[in-house]
Amino acid sequence: MNQSIIKIRNLNFSYNRQPVLQDVDLEVATGDFMAMIGPNGGGKTTLLKLMLGLLSADRGQILIFGKSPKAVSHRIGYVPQDVHINKDFPVSVLDVVMMGKLRPGRGWTRHSKNDRASACHVLEKVEMADYDDRRIGELSIGQIQRVFVARALVTEPDLLFLDEPTASIDTKGQREFYTLLKELNEIITIIVVSHDLMVVSGYVKSVACVNQRLHHHGHAELTGEMIELMYQCTAEEVCPVELIAHGVPHRVLHPHEEE
Amino acid sequence: MFEALQFEFMQNALMAGLLASLICGIMGTLVIVNRLVFLSGGVAHAAYGGIGLAFFFGWPYLFGTIGFSLIMALFMATVTLKAKHRSDTIIGVLWAVGMALGIILIDLTPGYHVDLMSYLFGSILTVPDSDIWLMLGVAVTIICVVTYFYNDYLALSYDEEFAQIRGIHVKGLYFVLIALLAVAVVMIIRVVGLILVIALLTIPPYIVEKYSKSLFKMMIFSCLLSAAFTMTGLWISFTLNLTSGATIILVAGAGFLLSLALERVMPKISKRANRMVEE
Repeated sequence: MNQSIIKIRNLNFSYNRQPVLQDVDLEVATGDFMAMIGPNGGGKTTLLKLMLGLLSADRGQILIFGKSPKAVSHRIGYVPQDVHINKDFPVSVLDVVMMGKLRPGRGWTRHSKNDRASACHVLEKVEMADYDDRRIGELSIGQIQRVFVARALVTEPDLLFLDEPTASIDTKGQREFYTLLKELNEIITIIVVSHDLMVVSGYVKSVACVNQRLHHHGHAELTGEMIELMYQCTAEEVCPVELIAHGVPHRVLHPHEEE
Repeated sequence: MFEALQFEFMQNALMAGLLASLICGIMGTLVIVNRLVFLSGGVAHAAYGGIGLAFFFGWPYLFGTIGFSLIMALFMATVTLKAKHRSDTIIGVLWAVGMALGIILIDLTPGYHVDLMSYLFGSILTVPDSDIWLMLGVAVTIICVVTYFYNDYLALSYDEEFAQIRGIHVKGLYFVLIALLAVAVVMIIRVVGLILVIALLTIPPYIVEKYSKSLFKMMIFSCLLSAAFTMTGLWISFTLNLTSGATIILVAGAGFLLSLALERVMPKISKRANRMVEE
């Protein structure tokens, strides 16, 4: 249970000579449900892409399942942040989900009945089964996000990365969504990037603050100690104060305090 | 039209037009969804440099042109992958330099001069049998490759990153796509001219994209629409004695405008129909 599924050591990454991530160390235990928070441009998405092998680190090492990310990326389910890419693309919801069934060098063969059945099954899970025949561009962003979750799940991943999956979903939908994730977490290790710490806090097991550097609050009981934890985090100048303010209840009374 | 078909040149023109439609329908679909229109234009124009090289050094036409276009195309593809934000500039440069190189080399070649117009608009009415066979070969190759890798191309065209995570050889398949595109463009330029290639690559797929539920259907519809444009254009050019390539393009252009107009009008009509039903 407590074996590390992800091990990152001394990771550095820069984009156009601007450092994005510096000296990142991280260990994620099997079965963890980790939230990654931090400001825009703090490097959360970059870190996900490094762990997926889509980007290569300048320095440092990433091991996932004990191997390099490129070798094992097919075991990771990924829900990207930008889901309205290619909105006019002629493809049905079911076909998008079945992309999750692709394997390299498979060629020729059409998708089997099994592939189709498991695609329909995950669509039911995310409550999008009625839309399987629709063109992807006809759906709302929230609905596309669900389809992308289905596409990630149909790969039967051991590890699931979600990049702000609830950005366009209303509060009730968010709650349902995180309940689903919690259920999935019984068998899958999950990392979710989120802005809304308050929503996430009731569901996740650990939190990583990413702002160029990373601070991992492993297995902390989040509910009660959260604010304290956050302040501790600020003291170390790792976490952004303004972002924490999103999650603090009194922000409701002072919505413009950041300005 | 039917009496026209008794002439061998007309039969060949028809065959060439249909094969060009088939090739353009498939490749054009991939060009549109992968946003490669500018790159296709670049390859088609830079190919003129290859024609110039072939004439100047006395190489066989296809060897020079396809070789040169392939190199240009793969270079453009590399730039597109490496420096996405600058790729359009570099394609533009290669586009212009390739053409200029072709014109200068042909100037320097003593004796017979190829007509730039026949390169731009082709000469569909004088297609020899050998070219028909070559086009058939290219068409069969394209159909085989695209069928074999259909699911992979679908995934990488829709979401490149996801395809890469799934372990698909995204870069390799991208280069194969560009290479196929270069060969197809050069083959068709010889027959119908480069302007018609661009028109057939872009107009039919663009029109049918909105009405297609899958990439496969988009390819089929594009092929059919291309064929319809080509046939109609040929028939009009034969009856009115007009330049065939240009006529086909104008027919396709008219189809394009018509589809835009339909798109505007259709929602209004269906709304009115709904209102009438409600009343």
